[in-house]
Amino acid sequence: MNKEPVAVVGIGQTKHVAARQDVSIAGLVREAAQQALTDAELTWADIDAVVIGKAPDFFEGVMMPELYLADALGAVGKPMLRVHTAGSVGGSTALVAANLIAGRVHGTVLTLAFEKQSESNAMWGLSLPVPFQQPLLAGAGGFFAPHVRAYMRRTGAPDTVGSLVAYKDRRNALKNPYAHLHEHDITLEKVQASPMLWDPIRYSETCPSSDGACAMILTDRAGAARSPRPPAWMHGGAMRSEPTLHAGKDFVSPQAGKDCAADVYRQAGVTDPRREIDAVEMYVPFSWYEPMWLENLGFAEEGEGWKLTESGVTELDGDLPVNMSGGVLSTNPIGASGMIRFAEAALQVRGQAGEHQIDGARRALGHAYGGGSQFFSMWLVGAEQPTT
Amino acid sequence: MPPAKTSAKPSVMRSVRDIAIVAFGQTDHLRSTDELSEVEMLMPVLHQVLASTGLKTSDIGFTCSGSSDYLAGRAFSFTMALDGVGAWPPISESHVEMDGAWALYEAWTKLLTGDADTALVYSYGKSSPGSVRDVLTRQLDPYYVAPLWPDSVALAALQAQALIDAGDADEPALAGVAARSRGDAAANSHAQLSGSVPQGDYVVRPLRAGDCPPIGDGAAAVILAAGDRARELCERPAWIRGIDHRIEAHSLGVRDLTDSPSSRLAAERAGAFERPVDTAELHAPFTSQEIVLRKALKLGDDVSVNPSGGALAANPVMAAGLIRLGEAAARIHRGESDRALAHATSGPCLQQNLVAVLEGES
Repeated sequence: MNKEPVAVVGIGQTKHVAARQDVSIAGLVREAAQQALTDAELTWADIDAVVIGKAPDFFEGVMMPELYLADALGAVGKPMLRVHTAGSVGGSTALVAANLIAGRVHGTVLTLAFEKQSESNAMWGLSLPVPFQQPLLAGAGGFFAPHVRAYMRRTGAPDTVGSLVAYKDRRNALKNPYAHLHEHDITLEKVQASPMLWDPIRYSETCPSSDGACAMILTDRAGAARSPRPPAWMHGGAMRSEPTLHAGKDFVSPQAGKDCAADVYRQAGVTDPRREIDAVEMYVPFSWYEPMWLENLGFAEEGEGWKLTESGVTELDGDLPVNMSGGVLSTNPIGASGMIRFAEAALQVRGQAGEHQIDGARRALGHAYGGGSQFFSMWLVGAEQPTT
Repeated sequence: MPPAKTSAKPSVMRSVRDIAIVAFGQTDHLRSTDELSEVEMLMPVLHQVLASTGLKTSDIGFTCSGSSDYLAGRAFSFTMALDGVGAWPPISESHVEMDGAWALYEAWTKLLTGDADTALVYSYGKSSPGSVRDVLTRQLDPYYVAPLWPDSVALAALQAQALIDAGDADEPALAGVAARSRGDAAANSHAQLSGSVPQGDYVVRPLRAGDCPPIGDGAAAVILAAGDRARELCERPAWIRGIDHRIEAHSLGVRDLTDSPSSRLAAERAGAFERPVDTAELHAPFTSQEIVLRKALKLGDDVSVNPSGGALAANPVMAAGLIRLGEAAARIHRGESDRALAHATSGPCLQQNLVAVLEGES
């Protein structure tokens, strides 16, 4: 089958903050969408369809908010799809939008993801009891901390690696005007002195709760030809899921993540991701997930991910920069976080990432995961149009 | 500024690949299923569609589901359903927080890209644990409307009254829709209500109990396949000749509730008006909505509308739309229809609508 190539020609995001009390949910998403249109120099009339994603409706307390948001997103009279794949949703939403173009259903699609966590209480949203199922009352950190411990035990990683990631990402965030946390006085010592929340995860190694939205305009070849700024081309994209509770599941390096990355690399013709990919935006809500995902995504051999982090390879000036934008550790509007990774990867290959731009980035990976590490979505974008 | 591209015109959308519904399964729809979890409710229909095609989970190229956290009363409610699918080794999978009809649409686009040749689509909803009339108020504008808790029957009653005021219907006409639907449902063993059902008292004027859907639990599953794969898996595939969906403004005050322009536009894009259909499965939970849809979709009296009994006989929220696609396909599979229209709706008073045209090869 001959798929239509997919290009990113517009990107917008809000300034992410703890509480955007100056706008409604509609105002928040409109802001990101309008920015993406402005970037693409398009108008609402140019959009054929809208694909919107966010994490659980309980986070804002609105059931299927896309119905109410149809007007704000210029969707009236158009198709509007609503994706929900837990924490990976921002990435999945972009991929569903991309399929509309790749399958030649539409020419230009607006895709957007958001979370306005200040409207409600995410911890409450995740804590509703379910009969006959194990309660996860310790929040997300309580769920992931044992898996981090398992990683440390398995690989012999020294317990300083997590703080290096947090220190790096928070410094990177200072170069990103949209990032939620701008800790100008951050030091490694401060990260290491922050309170222990879920051993071994410290306060400064966790993500914030943010309000924010991210939008992209995806288009076909003809649309890309009209783009006023360099497009980012999609070279590969995939989703993979595995069961929540499964006796054979490896929570440290889930098979679904490995399979998803392998599918993306196959589509993109990447055989050596460590050398062929210039920059990575990965979903790291707790700092230790950087070394863990470096292995899961094939950038390091099993047990070696922490060594890349420790040696500075993933720093902004390293040879495999990770989370140039400051990542989820600096900005986490949950439903949007995956799309921000995808959009930041696209910004890099378009050369539009501002102060956190990696010189000469030609291929970048955007990565998202969700649930109990069971949902994955990824895309690889490049500066050149794919040849196949 | 570059020249603006013209926005989507209501021309017929031609797909690049032939895709068909090759299997359909649904539960018996029941007022209450306290003894079953969502996964337990879903498992039999998943097994049913897999068995009817001979496919295993590992053979399926793409899986997509539709459901709503608000019905389940918890976040990430769809994640457990994946255990029922048996997603090991890992599968290519996605989920829409919408009726399963839109999950089918996402799966259809995935098959169009050529990345998969088969897709499993499922959806489910249990309305019994709570008050679905109250729950649905939470999908209204959260700042101005939802705080007033206008429930789904009250909103549908506004629409029904507008229809009566416009001279498009009267109460006997509504009762006629109810009687026909529930009479037809007598032949549907899965229906929750069937046979002669009294029209009952007013729930919210002008709607009587008989004008409103039953509240119930249920699940449905469909398998899609492309090209020759469809012919291998099904004797008479129900080919999706066109499928499109459109949304309208949310606020009831800016819409003409006696019309459904989004249904008409979706039908036009799906090619529904190119040739007459013999069957239409309409997702019209209220009798008055069938009248609105018949007009918008230009369905004549010779079209067999909701031979399954429709949503008035069983309305498992989040699955009822997918069931319309499944029922229409099943009639084609059985040779009872050559060209059928299937419709799904979402949101208050038919805000969002999907239309598919299905055909069998003669």
